[in-house]
Amino acid sequence: MTMIFGVPLAVLSGQLLIGIINGAFYALLSLGLAVIFGLLKIINFAHGAMYMLGAMGTVLMFDYLGVNYWVALFLAPLLVGTLGVAIEYFLLRRIAGQDHIYSLLLTFGVALIISGVLVNWFGVSGLRYSMPDMFKGGVNLGFMFLPYYRAWVIVAALLVCFATWFIIEKTKLGSYLRAGTEDSQLMQGFGINVPLLISLTYGFGVALAAFAGVLAAPIYSVTPVMGAATLITVFAVVVIGGMGSIGGAIITGILMGVIEGLTKTFYPPASSAVIFLVMVLVLMFRPSGLFGKEA
Amino acid sequence: MNQSVNPADIHKAIVEQQKIQDRKKLMVNGVLLLLLLAAPFVMYPVFLMKILCFALFAVAFNLLFGFTGLLSFGHAAFLATGGYTTGYLLSNVSGLTTELGIIAGTATATLLGLAFALLSIRRQGIYFAMVTLALAQLVFFFFVQSEFTGGEDGMHGIPRGELFGLINLEDNLNMYYFVLVVFIACYLLVQRIVSSPYGQILKAIKQNEPRAVSLGYNVDRYKILAFVISAALAGLAGSMKSVVFQLASLNDAHWHMSGEVILMTLVGGMGTLLGPVVGATFVVNIEYQLSQGPLRDWVDPILGGIFVLTVLAFRSGIVGAIETLVKRNFR
Repeated sequence: MTMIFGVPLAVLSGQLLIGIINGAFYALLSLGLAVIFGLLKIINFAHGAMYMLGAMGTVLMFDYLGVNYWVALFLAPLLVGTLGVAIEYFLLRRIAGQDHIYSLLLTFGVALIISGVLVNWFGVSGLRYSMPDMFKGGVNLGFMFLPYYRAWVIVAALLVCFATWFIIEKTKLGSYLRAGTEDSQLMQGFGINVPLLISLTYGFGVALAAFAGVLAAPIYSVTPVMGAATLITVFAVVVIGGMGSIGGAIITGILMGVIEGLTKTFYPPASSAVIFLVMVLVLMFRPSGLFGKEA
Repeated sequence: MNQSVNPADIHKAIVEQQKIQDRKKLMVNGVLLLLLLAAPFVMYPVFLMKILCFALFAVAFNLLFGFTGLLSFGHAAFLATGGYTTGYLLSNVSGLTTELGIIAGTATATLLGLAFALLSIRRQGIYFAMVTLALAQLVFFFFVQSEFTGGEDGMHGIPRGELFGLINLEDNLNMYYFVLVVFIACYLLVQRIVSSPYGQILKAIKQNEPRAVSLGYNVDRYKILAFVISAALAGLAGSMKSVVFQLASLNDAHWHMSGEVILMTLVGGMGTLLGPVVGATFVVNIEYQLSQGPLRDWVDPILGGIFVLTVLAFRSGIVGAIETLVKRNFR
């Protein structure tokens, strides 16, 4: 068997694959954070809860209503996105003029409520979600075994990332968004409905998190507390990459997933900490982040 | 006819006013002190000590958040580091008196605070919150994987020992008065810091950082010092907590704890001296009451709800609201 640095090639490429998949989730989540940050200037501490809602929603809709995976892939982000719009409209908007720290604390409170209620209903042990039939099995690439579902996760995540990038950078709606990031008051003066745009942006950002949640449902353990730990890791990713650019968020996310996967292969005890250590290094040597413009 | 006013008279009046204010404050503080001294004869001392430890934790946090404007989402790391260090030393070093164990725990938390501060002040605003949260998570992972912490089980049976080798702290009353003395000393220290010229600069940084920079202050150094003092006091709170409960656990290091101290400060009134103390009393009591009743499983969502309500409608907190009320009605 081929060995690389004393590790079988199949093991290494297997961990690399898991790394890329984790990275795809980091990318999707930090992308949502960056979109929300761009217009609202807040960090959405409820992002982990929204990701969790996407995954829990997928499992529960299947268990109670028989909603299949493909429908869930659209329905869960739509429902969570609607919830996001409601949260923005009824809560965040009321304190829009205050210090941004308050909005951050508000989303933290919302996250506590959502995950706390679901913990009460479903406990903290993982729920099961069976893989859709068409994704069972996989293909042998010669040097490694690639399960179909994992391939699909990478493709779907990259597609959504690309679509988001395209919408924001290349469409009219995206140009509004970017203009709003620069100067939302001026834009309101041009007759654009900025409050509506803000609601929709928040909804879209959390819908991205819910989409990641649906993708995660068949491969990760689905619990009401799955969001919190993931979110803290994503914060580290965001600090590393900076939220200045969409592309930067995507690249940093995948890169960090790969680094995590490699660490799991070569020095497992450090695998949960490695992203945070990278963050420390970045703060020491490149404090504004890899792609960041702002301090 | 306007009479000319002598500036000296104005000065005199202001000084007089100030004296009355000071006397009122002194009276309030005296009454509070008497209550605290008498409290263990009415209430369960361990519960009171829990409140005092968390109050100190919140006072420490408020120095950074309320007075300097830096939102740390990682203060649990200092609480836990103080607790674990003190617990480990008291359990494993024979002949170590309690106060030395507590000092060692506080010192370790102070050093960790310096490391946090040096890294996190490189970013501002919300990034600062994210960096501190991520660094605290790193500390959490360290405690989870380390052998000496007992992992998920926690560190049990930490001996309370004897203060200065003389006073037996196994006695709850002795322990209570020791905690009370430390708490009051720290409270006065923070009061002193806030009203000192240094404290004024911290407030200036909070209000408008670029202005403070342009006035020639080395803002980063002031911020680092505030962070380190805050971390040291948080560590002290953790050290005392581990001695009081004879237990140090992962709960103290979890991000949840960082959120709780924010809530205490916010509910009590950020940027006021008494606010965090009131907030800690409030939150500890709520948690205790809930854990006794039929809502015992709903502590988290209820705390989250309090969080949301406070941010939406009650941003000045309990003490802030009382201050406004007093100002409006009793001038």
